[in-house]
Amino acid sequence: MPPEANQPALAVENLSFRYPGTTKNALESINLTIKPGERVALVGPNGSGKSTLLKLILGLEHLRTGSIMVYGHTATSCRHRVAIVPQRAAVDWRFPVTVRQVVMMGRYVHLGWLKRPKPSDIETVDQAMEMMKITHLAGSQIGELSGGQQQRVMIARTLAHDADLLLLDEPLNHVDITTQELIFHTIEALSTAGKTAIISTHDLGLLPVHFSRVLFIDRTIIADGAVSEVLTPETIARAYGFEFHGKPEEKKWLNG
Amino acid sequence: MVEWLIEPLTYSFILRGLAAGILASLACATLSAFVVWRGMAFAGDAVAHSILPGIVIAYMFGFSMFIGAIGAAAAAVAGIGIISRRRELQEDTAIGVMFAGLFALGILLLSRVAAFQDLNHILFGNILGVNQSDLIIMALIAAVVVLLVLLFYKELLVTSFDPAHSVAIGLSPELIRYGLLGAVALTTVIAVQSVGVVLVLALLITPAAAASLLSKKLSKIIILSIIFSLFSTIAGFYGSYYMDLSSGPAIVITLTLLFVVSWIIAVIRNRIQAGKG
Repeated sequence: MPPEANQPALAVENLSFRYPGTTKNALESINLTIKPGERVALVGPNGSGKSTLLKLILGLEHLRTGSIMVYGHTATSCRHRVAIVPQRAAVDWRFPVTVRQVVMMGRYVHLGWLKRPKPSDIETVDQAMEMMKITHLAGSQIGELSGGQQQRVMIARTLAHDADLLLLDEPLNHVDITTQELIFHTIEALSTAGKTAIISTHDLGLLPVHFSRVLFIDRTIIADGAVSEVLTPETIARAYGFEFHGKPEEKKWLNG
Repeated sequence: MVEWLIEPLTYSFILRGLAAGILASLACATLSAFVVWRGMAFAGDAVAHSILPGIVIAYMFGFSMFIGAIGAAAAAVAGIGIISRRRELQEDTAIGVMFAGLFALGILLLSRVAAFQDLNHILFGNILGVNQSDLIIMALIAAVVVLLVLLFYKELLVTSFDPAHSVAIGLSPELIRYGLLGAVALTTVIAVQSVGVVLVLALLITPAAAASLLSKKLSKIIILSIIFSLFSTIAGFYGSYYMDLSSGPAIVITLTLLFVVSWIIAVIRNRIQAGKG
């Protein structure tokens, strides 16, 4: 499906969601618009609905109330345009696949059923591995790698996928500093090229350096805006659900 | 030696038995790597036990054992799906309930209609009881299973490793999972003839368990599984002919010995590598 001109990368309207068998909404009245090329940090405490929101955008959970549009199309009709780096626990790292096979999975959406990879697909995979500096690991079983290396493989797969909206669910957990920098460098290069990225994270210290926009959520949107506007002690306190007393010695730490 | 190998094959019913065993072990070994690495051992065992009432009902009403078995397997897989979909119970709980219930029903029915000898054949296999039409159905099922794995290899790989990514690219991990359970059910149906309901699990698990000790690459694991499985079936078959052993246990014991040998090779190899490092 062709991209429609001047459409937001992501438009969420009146989204509420409740998991079957529970009594409380996991997400409540979410409205947000993200433009192409934006780099958005999704921040909130555990259980705040960060992962749920990403799963709904991807179609991993079924939408019941509200709407999600990706580049002007309903999210589920737009499969090839959305890529995910899931939370570490959602991947079976012990499964016997090699690094090259995992990166090639990024090309599957372009291959279609029953088709084998073309030379151009193999070239794309080689380039993606090169960019993430994992070429020397191509033949290794994914489970033999360190956490940082595994996450580079997932980013390489996203590069090979060549999607327009990238969803990264806590990609920085258990990742070394070198890999962290490499991941941010890659995401910055992608967003300069017009791709959109939504990255959930717990690391508030990273926000001023690497993101153009921050979305604080705790079941609903607590704050949304530029890093400098949003990253205040009051919003952090509201998002994480503790009372901020405004003592000068605390303010110093919270304001980073 | 050659005569020793050829002698049993001069009887057509024995030849059919060997062919049946080879078909069953080929189909099981092809699926084995996925059953092992996706953690479906319990589901596979459950499906194997669940087909018992289907076989007995087919026996009672005189229609094909395969149709009865496939019907019961489909009912078991659907039941597991329906119970676990509500998320109130874990899937292995749903599997356990279906498994025990259907197996009990099978035993109860069997005790009403059949002699002990029949029970023995269904539970532990009777490789020499295969007729011509059984063999044709078995060949068809084995061909379908191997073809499905070849055609959907990519899809099996990605849904096993990362379900979220497979949804992102438009695949349904649920559909692939049920497809795989269905294929396990089909192979179980043909393997019952050679090893019986109780030991089918060995053909589904042990080949890839042994192969995974020797290789970490899925395609190699599958090929090694097939080699181990065929070797065990043929060895078990001759053992059963010359030493008057029950075919099922003879095949499973050979497979288990191959697992032990693989284990020893893996331990020695790790020692050597550790020594080098």
